Amino acid sequence: MPRWLICKDCDTVYRRLELTAGEVAVCARCGAVLERHHWFDIDALTALVLTALIVFIQGNLWPVATLSLNGQEISATLWDMIRIMWTDHSRIIGAITAVTLFFFPLLNMMGLGWLLLFARRRRRAPGFRLLMIMMHYLGPWTMSEVFVLGVLVAMVKAKSYFDVMPDPGIYAYAVLTVLITVFAGVDPRRLWDYVADRPP
Amino acid sequence: MTALPRAHELGLIGCHVCGLVCRQTSRQDSACPRCGSALERRKPDSVARTWALLIAAFMVYIPANVLPIMRTVSPGDIDDNTILTGIVELWDKGSQELAIIVFTASIVVPMLKFLVLGTLLICVQRGSKWAQPQRARLYRLIELIGHWSMLDVFVVAILTALVRFSLLSSVEPLPGVIFFGLTVVLTMFAALSFDPRMTWDAKGSE
Repeated sequence: MPRWLICKDCDTVYRRLELTAGEVAVCARCGAVLERHHWFDIDALTALVLTALIVFIQGNLWPVATLSLNGQEISATLWDMIRIMWTDHSRIIGAITAVTLFFFPLLNMMGLGWLLLFARRRRRAPGFRLLMIMMHYLGPWTMSEVFVLGVLVAMVKAKSYFDVMPDPGIYAYAVLTVLITVFAGVDPRRLWDYVADRPP
Repeated sequence: MTALPRAHELGLIGCHVCGLVCRQTSRQDSACPRCGSALERRKPDSVARTWALLIAAFMVYIPANVLPIMRTVSPGDIDDNTILTGIVELWDKGSQELAIIVFTASIVVPMLKFLVLGTLLICVQRGSKWAQPQRARLYRLIELIGHWSMLDVFVVAILTALVRFSLLSSVEPLPGVIFFGLTVVLTMFAALSFDPRMTWDAKGSE
């Protein structure tokens, strides 16, 4: 553990304290969270990432909702939505939805899972440095939780004209949202300190 | 508050990617020994970049609100909705709770981002020490809620994919939604390029 800590929001330097269960270190100058005590150890985190990955795959294979009108039924998956946007309508919107709802979340989860599999044995995974940097930059651009709310709004809007049925995909996404909320309290940067700084 | 030393006073730099505490060197192009990212005391040209992105975002925000974002086609009827009329329709025909959520995500959050980032930038440029803790909190709020504005873009995309009943009924995205998506992306880049540490850089005694 390094002995010093710098607040990323105001540049104040602190001596690092050992945190116990439930404790959060907060910057005395600007109020930003410096560090949290982590409820989950590496094994629990690995399990959570694998769960998130499975749920993500389910959420993408299964349609999210079905509409029906005069006996005609249409259902769509996330990827249908991206494909239809890209090919028939607007490439920009297709690209934005593809990266924020599919590629970035997937890369983030696979990257973290890969690093954790090695971290369980206190080792740095191949590509550790690049993946850590990638996850730092992708963080703000993953929007799966917004998608869940978007489906909900779309279903309510469609309800005045069609019969709307939620499909399993949206339930998988709802579970994913809960998992993302759990991950929001985990700072993956602690992996830098956790695994020894030597080439694998 | 003299008991709270800041990094540059001690000759230190915190790596903005991995958080490592590094000693400041006289070299211009020093890199973090742990992750290899460039070590900079402050994000380069933060004020100018944030202003540029914010103004660009505001310019696309106007067509995003004026132009319709979605067309609903049903037999004998074509209905174009802007962001605002879509919210009104949701309020009338669907759910008022959801209408409030969409209003917050599509109208309140972008406006808040323009106002907050603009205020933060002006305060930094004037070297103001006014309400520093509150300004720090506002910045974190913007960071936290920024991406929820993408809600309406996703709603249009989902409806387009679902409502495809050939001759009977269909939904198409209209140009407004592209401008709105760009507004969200640009304001997010603006928030990321703003360096919150500048809020505390105002000179003078604390």
